[in-house]
Amino acid sequence: MLDVGRHPNIELMAYSEVEKVEGEAGDFKVTVRRKARYVDEDKCTGCGACTEKCPTLLADAFNMGLGERKAIYSWFAQGIPSTHTIDAENCRQLQGKKCGICKKTCQADAVNFEQEDRIVELNVGAIIVASGYEVFDASRVPEYRYRDIPNVITALEFERLLSASGPTGGHLDRPSDIAAKAEIAALEKKAKKAKKTLEKLEEKFGESSSEFFKHYEGRQYEGDEDRKKWADRYMEYLAVAEPLEALKKKAEGFTVAKKLAFIQCVGSRDLRFYPFCSGYCCMHSIKEAIIAYEHEPETRSVIFGMDIRAVGKGFEEYKIRGGNQAGISYVRGRVAEITEGSDRRPVLTYEDTRERVVKSEAFDLVILATACVPSKGISALAEILGIELDEFGFYKTDVSNPMDTTRPGIFTCGCAHSPMDIPESVAQASGAAARAAQILLESEMRKAS
Amino acid sequence: MNERQRGKEEAQEETRIGVFICDCGSNIAGHLDCAAVTEYAAKLPDVVCAKENLYTCSEAGIAEIQKAIKEHKLNRVLVASCSPRTHQPLFQSSCAEAGMNPYLFEMANIRDQCSWVHMQKREEATEKAKDLVRMGVAKAAFLEPQKDIEASLIPRVLVIGGGVGGLSAAESLAGMGLEVILVEKADQLGGLLNQLHQLAPDGDQAADRLSHLVDTVTSKSNVTIHVGSEVESVAGYIGNFEVAIRPKEGDALKEKVGCIVVAVGAVPLEPEGMYGYDGKTVITQAELEEQLKSGAFKASKVVMIQCVGARCPEREYCSRICCMTAVKNAMLIKGQNPEAKVHILYRDMQMYGTKKERMLWDARGLGVRFDVYEADKPPEVGEGTVKFEQPLIGETREIPYDLVVLSTPLVAREDAPLLSQLLRVPMDQNRFFMEAHAKLRPLDFATDGIFVCGSARYPATVEEARSQGVGVASRIATVLFKDKLVTSAIVAEINPETCVGCQGCMEMCPYGAIVYVPEKEICEVNTILCKGCGCCAATCPSESALLKGFKPEQLLAQIRAM
Repeated sequence: MLDVGRHPNIELMAYSEVEKVEGEAGDFKVTVRRKARYVDEDKCTGCGACTEKCPTLLADAFNMGLGERKAIYSWFAQGIPSTHTIDAENCRQLQGKKCGICKKTCQADAVNFEQEDRIVELNVGAIIVASGYEVFDASRVPEYRYRDIPNVITALEFERLLSASGPTGGHLDRPSDIAAKAEIAALEKKAKKAKKTLEKLEEKFGESSSEFFKHYEGRQYEGDEDRKKWADRYMEYLAVAEPLEALKKKAEGFTVAKKLAFIQCVGSRDLRFYPFCSGYCCMHSIKEAIIAYEHEPETRSVIFGMDIRAVGKGFEEYKIRGGNQAGISYVRGRVAEITEGSDRRPVLTYEDTRERVVKSEAFDLVILATACVPSKGISALAEILGIELDEFGFYKTDVSNPMDTTRPGIFTCGCAHSPMDIPESVAQASGAAARAAQILLESEMRKAS
Repeated sequence: MNERQRGKEEAQEETRIGVFICDCGSNIAGHLDCAAVTEYAAKLPDVVCAKENLYTCSEAGIAEIQKAIKEHKLNRVLVASCSPRTHQPLFQSSCAEAGMNPYLFEMANIRDQCSWVHMQKREEATEKAKDLVRMGVAKAAFLEPQKDIEASLIPRVLVIGGGVGGLSAAESLAGMGLEVILVEKADQLGGLLNQLHQLAPDGDQAADRLSHLVDTVTSKSNVTIHVGSEVESVAGYIGNFEVAIRPKEGDALKEKVGCIVVAVGAVPLEPEGMYGYDGKTVITQAELEEQLKSGAFKASKVVMIQCVGARCPEREYCSRICCMTAVKNAMLIKGQNPEAKVHILYRDMQMYGTKKERMLWDARGLGVRFDVYEADKPPEVGEGTVKFEQPLIGETREIPYDLVVLSTPLVAREDAPLLSQLLRVPMDQNRFFMEAHAKLRPLDFATDGIFVCGSARYPATVEEARSQGVGVASRIATVLFKDKLVTSAIVAEINPETCVGCQGCMEMCPYGAIVYVPEKEICEVNTILCKGCGCCAATCPSESALLKGFKPEQLLAQIRAM
């Protein structure tokens, strides 16, 4: 990424969208909208001081909503370019409220609330569209209850949990436990505040709140308004303190997730959603199970799949290694249903095809291998580019020239072409570059002659 | 005069070292005290500035280094962060941009060697990071400025193999205006495509696709084709290879090229002795293709067995293309004769991606039957029936057949090891050629100037071999479209005054970069081939072979600081 960012022949236009394409191979005119960041790219050093001071907390989309970010942010820490961006919809200042803290904090004077979208015209010989893919929305599969059961997560969410720079620092905490810990923190804050109020009253009346409350309940202070208020405060405190204690006790028993279930083909190879195979998810699940095992050797994973498609170089060997050395077992078949059992553990109903019996089994965490699907904007972009989509919703290409779209001079690669893994995407990207280079050289030769 | 002073005098200016300590977010700072390391570094001799960065490799971090080089007149920079393997080039070029000689840059790996391996021991990890920084600073003081090595480039390419991958590479390279020499061992171009009938998933005729491809390549004026020829010898290095091509008859041709493409493909395994293979009623998918192509196919009860000689202890890998081939042929049979019974016995149907999975649905729709078998209970081919255990229903079944088709994997060519030796490029345990990086550099070899595509690397479909062949062309363009070749100055040098010509270094060099010069009775280094591994320097009994940037005084300064 950094190599691209620093290459003298590459001009990066992040946070920008293509709006119009005219002309033909060798001579395209492209209109690009450079969206307002409200931060001057030339001035911003990416130091992050603004982010530290920004008062608005939001769910962090990069961490799959598992962590938090501010209204002025960079997508992720090593992002290129490192220029920060203001999320206009959530920024206090831009929503007409009083704030502007980031502007005051910024030593480079890079924050500019008046910035507007800019339209840029480009003249290029060839276009490569590598607009990637989107991950299937797992909540569309009713039987897996992704929204309802907190410990059913997607493979990408799991990836963030495994990451040392992720929201849990790489510990496999269950989302239900993460939520409980957040609740404890919130209740503790409340309890602390309530206690402060009580302490003032205790000083005033020279008696501990619990002692006083015994007398109060014994109807000693009837008609005493001040003491009634004290009693109210005390009851409010108890309403927080009691569940807090209970939660804390429960949290003592929290351990990292050790028994994992991976469910393949969530949204893929399913006629209700997408008929195709997403290609990379089998290997993704195996990799995640192996990393989880490396974090915690007591981890045991079951991967449920119709076929385990380990078709790339070294993949089958990796799959076997996962089974022999990383506590993975592979079960052929589709999981029928997920429900929630005791201790917030997801319970899988499936046919164990090895024994040919239907089983109900609880796991600590269930990871859904969600499909690689065409991105939402792909049809709009295809229309702008004047290229066609195939029957699956990806860019249509010529079989004998897999990087050529239906319009000469426009090429594609990677998962915008169809689901594929990293080495295939990289090889195709080189291919698209070669095709584009040919167009440029041909048009140069034409001009020269 | 002590060594330190001598080092300073050589540099002929005051040594001014800047130290940058990277938090790597929480990757390093989460497990050791980066602020303490920074404070410690600031007090080390010759260090004039020490800074801590959230991410030193970020744009902000780089900008900070460049600013410090100018502000503090730094002539040495030490970054304590991650692995030099991934980040040294970035930091070096950034220093160069700010006007410092990039070879005066040094790195300490406090992530891999401290925060990662001593995760639970914060104090000890911090102390070790201080040690590494101190050692790095000590070495940095003795670094010498170097100049990158430059060489000429010959804008011609040798493509070895005339199958889909090689033809596609040749076509694209020629289209970019480069001269191509294509060498094919067989008497005609086309490779495996010659033996195929119809192509999946779009039903194109292989012959049509092939003749189109061959016509395009042969019509290019800048492509020279040698069929029935083999590469006999390869010498030289990136930009300047000398190859000898041996035709079936006559003298070998000598050619000079700048880059080489390995596109030798792979061959289907001959299943001798497996499942009663006889080439008549038990045949391979390749033989079935021939029958379908010639019209000789007549069977009406066909059983196909997948993973024959693949995904087994002798050959662990999945050959990627055989499931698709089987389904395609099953559909062709059904298309010819809808009454025909076609049964596919498989372990996992590897129909990855969009169109292949679609074929699987369509094949089922046409009535092709799929049954799974377990690896440890392979089907048994008997007289007129195939017996197998269906694990999903727990029954043993027998299917009558008049033709059994075995799906065998693509295996590396027998002469792949020979080519591997000629080019000095590695193969994996399955004798497929091994790329420089499994994910990020799938088309490059670790040896500069040599590239790989198609089934020589790993079994590939026609479409994949095409993508890779075209892809190789742009990899080569990044080399040959430059005016000259520029490589790192971190190479070995041999002192001609002290070298006795024992040739110990020559034997140790894994890159063939050292030659013995009989007239001078000494060894010399080819600085383009040299990768700076240091084997020669470690071997030389007279300390005549030295590795720039890792000379004894530099390393000893580092060790003494420990």
